[in-house]
Amino acid sequence: MATSPLDQFEVTPILPIQVGGLDLSYTNSALFMTLAVAGTVALLTFGVRRRSLVPTRLQSVAEMLYEVVANMVRDNVGSGGRQYFPFIFSLFMFILFGNLLGMIPGGFTFTSHIIVTFTLAFFIFVAVTIIGFWKHGLGYFGMFFPHGAPAWTAIILVPIEVVSYLSRPVSLSVRLFANMTVGHLMLKVIGGFILPMGLIGGLLPLGGLVAITALEFLIAVIQAYVFTILTCIYLNDALHMH
Amino acid sequence: MPQFDPSSFASQIFWLIVSFGVLYYLMARVALPRIAEVLEERSERIANDLEKAQALRKESDAVIEAYEEALAKARADAGAVIAATKAELADLTAAREKDFADKVALKTAESEARIAAVRAEMTEQVKAIATATAGDITRQIAGLDVANDAVSTAVAERVKETAA
Repeated sequence: MATSPLDQFEVTPILPIQVGGLDLSYTNSALFMTLAVAGTVALLTFGVRRRSLVPTRLQSVAEMLYEVVANMVRDNVGSGGRQYFPFIFSLFMFILFGNLLGMIPGGFTFTSHIIVTFTLAFFIFVAVTIIGFWKHGLGYFGMFFPHGAPAWTAIILVPIEVVSYLSRPVSLSVRLFANMTVGHLMLKVIGGFILPMGLIGGLLPLGGLVAITALEFLIAVIQAYVFTILTCIYLNDALHMH
Repeated sequence: MPQFDPSSFASQIFWLIVSFGVLYYLMARVALPRIAEVLEERSERIANDLEKAQALRKESDAVIEAYEEALAKARADAGAVIAATKAELADLTAAREKDFADKVALKTAESEARIAAVRAEMTEQVKAIATATAGDITRQIAGLDVANDAVSTAVAERVKETAA
């Protein structure tokens, strides 16, 4: 039986794979990534398999998700964001399913691992920067100096803007990682109080646990949304500058 | 914390790239185009139906308009027929009335002429009778022998006087 609240974050190999001294084992983390992909693909292809004019319940869900992300891209990026829509959509579904699958008791939350969120955020950061330079050439350096500010303020503003730009992948990845980690820690810690406090006294942490579980579901959805919308905003900056 | 144990980093990054790559491929190539197609088909269908409904409405409006027009025309025609008939009847009545009045006038004139003739005749006869009677009376009572001409002249004068 698990004793530490940190045990839930343990990565354990299911199928050990070694490639040239590199450990690429198929782990519980990889399993839940696979489940997230399978869940998303199942929902979006199985639900729409009949292509009904009047959607079934599952098709409605798929269409709703499609439209939520499509509207997000349209509102935040504009028509130039259409070609990035599949990526934004995949990102949203991957994180959403990662967060929600983590709510299954005994499950694994791969979005609570900084290396996962940072890899995603870093990829987005690099991609957005490449898109920015590709669209605007060297003019993309204008990102680091606000339009219309007096020239001498460059000494102060440019370093600030550079730091803020470079900290984007950090803030993006840490936000998701911290939210997921803290939420799941809290659930485990409070859950751990229930049995030791006895039949009557344990009711209090049990009530708290129920409330926090509900809150965690909300956070799971909100954090997926926030991660995606920030990606849209960064993409918009790259496409249109500011 | 297990999150900061670098021994799992390589495997997590690798499987993240693999799984996310598969997800992206399936979404971009299969799932999303299909949903987009369904949504487009639906909005197209709705737009089509609305268009069709609009066309049908226009058509029914045209039919109603034509019907109203025909009704108005029929009403106007009926009015014209009624007016024509009324005028015809009035003409006929006026003609008959005139005819009748003419006939009455003719008859009246004829009757008056006859009455006048009868009266003249009667006046003559009365005059003759009066003359004869006056002659007879004068002869038998007064014993005067008067000529018939003198009597008739006197009677005529008297008649003229009384008439005056």
